[in-house]
Amino acid sequence: MRARGDQNFWRELNLLLRDYAGRPTPLFHAQRLTAHAGGAQIYLKREDLLHTGAHKINNAVGQALLARRMGKHRVIAETGAGQHGVATATVCALFGLRCVIYMGAEDVRRQALNVFRMRLLGADVITVNAGTRTLKDAINEALRDWVTNVHDTYYLLGSALGPHPYPLMVRDFQSVIGREAREQILSATGKLPRALVACVGGGSNAIGLFHPFIADEGVRLIGVEAGGCGDSLGKHAARFHSGKKAAAGAWAFFRAQCRMCFRMRTVRSPRRIPSQPASTTRQSALSTRSFTTAGEPNIRRRAMQKPSKGFDSAQNWKASFLPWKRHMPFCPRFASRVSCRLMTQSS
Amino acid sequence: MSRIREKFGELKRSGRGGFIPFITAGDPDLATTERLLIELAKAGADIIELGVPFSDPVADGEVIQRASERALRNGVTVHDALTCARNVRQHIDVPIVLFSYFNPLLQFGPEPFAPAARQAGIDAVLVTDLIPEEAESWTQNLLQHRLDPIFLVAPTTSDKRLARIAQQAHGFIYAVSRAGVTGERDEMTRDAEALVKRVRSVSDLPVAVGFGISSPEQVRAVWRFADAAVVGSAIVKQIEKLGDSPDLVKHIGEFARSLVAET
Repeated sequence: MRARGDQNFWRELNLLLRDYAGRPTPLFHAQRLTAHAGGAQIYLKREDLLHTGAHKINNAVGQALLARRMGKHRVIAETGAGQHGVATATVCALFGLRCVIYMGAEDVRRQALNVFRMRLLGADVITVNAGTRTLKDAINEALRDWVTNVHDTYYLLGSALGPHPYPLMVRDFQSVIGREAREQILSATGKLPRALVACVGGGSNAIGLFHPFIADEGVRLIGVEAGGCGDSLGKHAARFHSGKKAAAGAWAFFRAQCRMCFRMRTVRSPRRIPSQPASTTRQSALSTRSFTTAGEPNIRRRAMQKPSKGFDSAQNWKASFLPWKRHMPFCPRFASRVSCRLMTQSS
Repeated sequence: MSRIREKFGELKRSGRGGFIPFITAGDPDLATTERLLIELAKAGADIIELGVPFSDPVADGEVIQRASERALRNGVTVHDALTCARNVRQHIDVPIVLFSYFNPLLQFGPEPFAPAARQAGIDAVLVTDLIPEEAESWTQNLLQHRLDPIFLVAPTTSDKRLARIAQQAHGFIYAVSRAGVTGERDEMTRDAEALVKRVRSVSDLPVAVGFGISSPEQVRAVWRFADAAVVGSAIVKQIEKLGDSPDLVKHIGEFARSLVAET
């Protein structure tokens, strides 16, 4: 947290982002896509042009600088598809830090190329066979490593989740996306966009893009999750659309989520967040949806269902238990600005 | 007086160290868990920890994680764990500590949880991943229903935090023997002893030491500086090994007796 107020830290980070990662990334007016869609003028923020091919490097460089500052010689990280693992392995190679990446066995099989790439960069990739053998279990395993080796090890978390201050750090390091995009769209068009669209997995690129626009009431913030083949358990990759709260560990997680916008207010009405059986143990500030678009009968139907009992009790509990003024999981300032769409492949 | 305080008082009077075995509810199945609880009480358990299975047990090593997975495959929930406790309450008087992660309790509903746990004859609740900073109202609610909130402390816990935890804890304080997750270790480090000393300087509560204790020698080593020893993975590993063997309950009883046997 001390580094946060340290100008030298940010100067070094910005230099690396420019000379090593390749910032700023361009904002591209996709004219053919605009014509094809026949509606809004569509601009693409080209985070894919960064070194290692994704926005993950923004956060990895920042946190690796912190690790070095804290005198940790060993860095561990989790990875799902491998992008965060590759980014972490890359910055560890840059700083000369030992690097261990935890990856679910399923993901190792599916993303063999990224595994190869991480190993090429000098990282040890550890295959996790526990549980569902995917990202969630890789995170669990990384946490176990961390509590065991905390004296010399830094855990470089890539998503907007985990214990405080991780979500806060991820937001701070990824907000460069939104800051650049805001400046670029203003200089290109002279005005702010009507809407921002970001895909949501762990939430790092969405919070990075959205955060500098939170105060702009006229800008709709739309998070899109992978809906897969349907909304029943096991058929999709959408973790946040259910709107069900859960605790993500022993951590000041809620508080950190709230700090995405530094605003904490009263509890949202349960009516506004329809509940579904949880498909996940994590919750997010991105859980609120708006149902304004036609052509989504599936989602609309669900919106009319009554909240389930489990949700109600969680909600009541929320109002009366933890000091929620400080620990709102659904920070209204943020959540109410984000509508979350579920992209479901018709099957 | 709470059953746990009574128990530690009794231990102190007799100059004995306490033995706290851990098992996961629903591993290998709920009916066997009930028989195991009764058998462990007979085998000399002073307190029993009953684990609620959870899909992401980040504080646990692979042995207890696998036990959780087996129980979850049986569809075991918080409700089932409570039913288990209620069923055995007629047969045993040993204090039972419900050992859980926060998420299952949150899904159960923290407000209805405390009275339900009390009714089921649970004496204390240990939530591995609820930090003291967030635990105040949770703790209050437990205390209202005469349940002791148990907290973990680790060698990495700062003195300041230790004091804060000591303020909120009731019943006893659970000292984690070393940095890391649950699971057997060959050697006890000096960390545990130093930690217990630190806990004693801020709290009068009894101290139990757990994580990595698997042999009679280790149990006795813990008794030299702490009030009780917790044995989890070593027992759960035996349960895993024997599975649905008809001798399971008998064998676990024998194993428990061997852990506390006088030499």
